Formats: sequence, structure tokens, C-alpha cells
Amino acid sequence: MLSASDLRKGLKVQIDGNPYIVIDFEFSKPGKGQALYRCKMRNMISGNQLVQTYRSNDKFEKPDLEERKMQYLYNQGDEFHFMDTVNFDQIFLTTEQLGDNKNFLIDNMEVDMLFFESQAIDITMPMFVNLDVTKADPWAKGDTSGNDTKPVTVETGYELQVPPFVEEGDKIQIDTRTGEYVTRVKE
Amino acid sequence: MLQLERLQQRAILMSSVRAFFAQQGVLEVDTPLRQPVFIPERYIEPLRSEEAYLQTSPELCMKRLLACGCTKIFQICPCFRKNEKGRRHLEEFTMLEWYRSGENYLKLMDDCEKLLRFLQGQLQGQSNPRGAKADFFAGFDLDSPWERLTVEDAFLKYSPHSVEQALRDNIFDEILVEYIEPELGRKTPTFLMDYPLELGSLAKRKTGRPDLVERFELYLGGVELANGFSELTDEVEQRARFEAEIADIDNTWGMGVKMPERFLEDIKKLKKAAGIALGVDRLFMLALGVWDITEAVSFSPADFIST
Repeated sequence: MLSASDLRKGLKVQIDGNPYIVIDFEFSKPGKGQALYRCKMRNMISGNQLVQTYRSNDKFEKPDLEERKMQYLYNQGDEFHFMDTVNFDQIFLTTEQLGDNKNFLIDNMEVDMLFFESQAIDITMPMFVNLDVTKADPWAKGDTSGNDTKPVTVETGYELQVPPFVEEGDKIQIDTRTGEYVTRVKE
Repeated sequence: MLQLERLQQRAILMSSVRAFFAQQGVLEVDTPLRQPVFIPERYIEPLRSEEAYLQTSPELCMKRLLACGCTKIFQICPCFRKNEKGRRHLEEFTMLEWYRSGENYLKLMDDCEKLLRFLQGQLQGQSNPRGAKADFFAGFDLDSPWERLTVEDAFLKYSPHSVEQALRDNIFDEILVEYIEPELGRKTPTFLMDYPLELGSLAKRKTGRPDLVERFELYLGGVELANGFSELTDEVEQRARFEAEIADIDNTWGMGVKMPERFLEDIKKLKKAAGIALGVDRLFMLALGVWDITEAVSFSPADFIST
């Protein structure tokens, strides 16, 4: 059990059967009055935010959360299969569960997956991934139209804007948090 | 850790407080930080030190000095309150307390006005010997008359509930923090005054309003800076109030709280008096215009975490 005096930014607690993370926290105590713990929290599954004030005698369950290193194996239609690198258990997530992360998954990539009561609820990608450019219009030398980017497609099917010198067959680095081009990678 | 310039400014603040009270003939005293008893208050938990306690306030000793014949005394000292940690709270902090016999809480309000104006002047003058103008208490107006607002009126003005409703529903503190405190002392300081009886365990009942106590809190920029009151000097009523507090403490965090008997014996000798506690670190924080108390003390808990 956790008590209100344990509350701080980043703490994870369980409320009404859902895991929450404290994103903002303030201790206040009016003169001679009682300690109040004002928290802003985010539901780790739905993303909904909750603002709540607690007193010292309030108690919280610790959510059953576990972080596991998982390796991406392959996808079959809508199912993306992963394997636990420790016990080799396999699970899959759907396109919807993966969200934008599916744009950056390549075979054998290791990711951190967060489980709540044995259900995967979040996936943390490496900050940067290197992906092959599979489709790009050639750079027309002498193009003076002033466009300083062009669209390309990478091996996962993701499309993004890159500088005009990037060509088909190049490897480029992408920031997984923004989905943006970072640099061209020399093999 | 504080930079040299801030340490110098803090030193000016301290010496100016002493100069202010010296001018008024108020005697500086120092009393033990570690005592075998503590003030039984439901929401103020002391830190243990072996078989004794670190003081949560020098109130018990200072009132015993008054009872022994002192008329005007002040003290600047460290105080300790368990589990109070936040942007405005440190478990160890510096308190300024002063007491006057023969006076009531209105006199202390006058003191506050004079003290803060004096300190602002001293900080401005002494910090800038070459005339460069640094602003202390920037954005506040200490010179205009200060607001005096009763707790009842504050609830009517700022809160969706009356004070009676808030007390009945046991949400007084929540309402105070959420709706009222942020509105207090925005420009000129505010005295929030005349608290319900149950919120002033050592304060005297208000003349003509036995459901209230003559207690006030001083607010500046929404921050509670000082708590003062006319002292309860009736030993029988004080004992009954302590008993109620001790019963509450026994049900929550405390084990075997002792009644401060020598204090109760001594206050029998006390006629009329008033006393106030002012948070020095918060005062310095407001003077500097910073919003985290750790920016106003030489060392904060973070300065002891190895990197």
C-alpha cells in the first residue's frame, strides 16, 4: 500500500482499477490545518487526466506494472508479434494498440513494453531508428523551385519529408518521438 | 546552495529583524530546541530526538518566559515539522516569533506592517550601497493600508460554500487552499482574521463572539507568512483543548502524548498577551520574488543528495 505522503511526480498508483502516473504534484498545508496533497494524474491506459486532492490518511494500491524487454519478430496482417527476451513468451499487439510506433518497427528490434496485470499497455521505442528508404523521387539537379524537402517512403511503409539529397537505397535516422528525419546514415 | 549575494541579502534581513525589535525594546531570547514535551496539535507532528522532540515552534517556552515576567520578547530559531515538504515547506525551517504581554492580536498586526516596511527599506538600502536599484518585494505594495478580511467574509467572497458549510462537510482546508488563499495578498498584504473556535487551539475566544478566536494569518502573494493570536491564558480551557487534541493525535499518528503540565501551571500567571510566528524563509522568498522556498535557504535537502 502507498500513502499520500509517498505521492510525488512520477509515482504510479492504482485508482478504481486503473494505473495512473502522477504528472504534477503540490504539497500544501494551511496554517494549523491538515496536509493536502494536490495531484494531477494521467490514466496510463486511456491517457485521461485527473486532478484530485488527497489527505495524509488516504491510501493507494500499487498498480501491478511490469516492464519487459521484448523483441519484434514479424507481423501477420493486423497482428504484430513480439517475444520476451528473457522467457521467450510470445504475444502480439494490434495496429491500433501500436499507434504510430508501427512506423518504426523493424525485424529483431528490441523495445521496452509495459504490462499492467499482464496486459501490454505501453511500448517505449528506442529514441532513434535507422530505416532504409524504399521509394524516393530522384533529386533533379538544378531544381530551383525552392523546395527544401521532398517526400520519401521507408521500409515500414511510413512516409516522411526529407532533404532533397536523400535517395532510394539510403539509410536514414528518424526520431521516434516526433517521426521526423534526423540525418542520413553512412553504412 | 545559495550564492554569496543571496547569503549577504539574507544576513541583512536577519540583522534588520534584530534591529527592528531592538528599536522597540523587545528582548531577544533563545530557548531549547529539544524538549521533553511538544505542543499537542492534531496536524503538526514533531520529529523525535532520542527520548525528546525537536520543537515545532518555540511557543511553549516563550509563553512560560512571559508568565515569568518578560513583557516583550522575540526569537529567531529553527523549527521542525515532520513530513512537511513542498514548494513552500521544509521539514527544518527558520521561525521568527514575538510576544507582547498586555496586548491583543491587533497590536501584532500593527507590528507586521511596521516590520515588513522596515525590512523592505533596509534591504533596498543596504543591498545597494552604490545606489543600484534592486527591488525587494517587487510587485507588492507594502505602503498602502493592508486588507483585513474575516474568515467568514473570505468564504462569502471567494468560496462556493459558507464557512459553516465547509466546517460541517469537513472541507475547510480544501476550500481555503483551493479558492481563498490564491486571492489573498495579491498586491497589498492581507490579514485573514477571526477563525472558528476549533481552528485555534491556543488562541483566546473573541470578545462577543465565543464561536470565534482572535487569530489571524498574514498572506502575501497567496503565501501564508505568519500566524498570530491573542493568547488563551485560561489554564482550565487550555487543558480541555489540549485533551481534545491529544485524543485526536492518539487516534492518528501519536503514541502517548504527554500533557505539557509545566506550561499549564505557568500560564495561570499570565494575564493578557499576544504572540505571533512568522516564517523567515518564506519572507525572504517573497522579498526575492522567487516561488520555491529552497531558493531562500542556504542549503536545501537536494544539496545533500550525491550526484
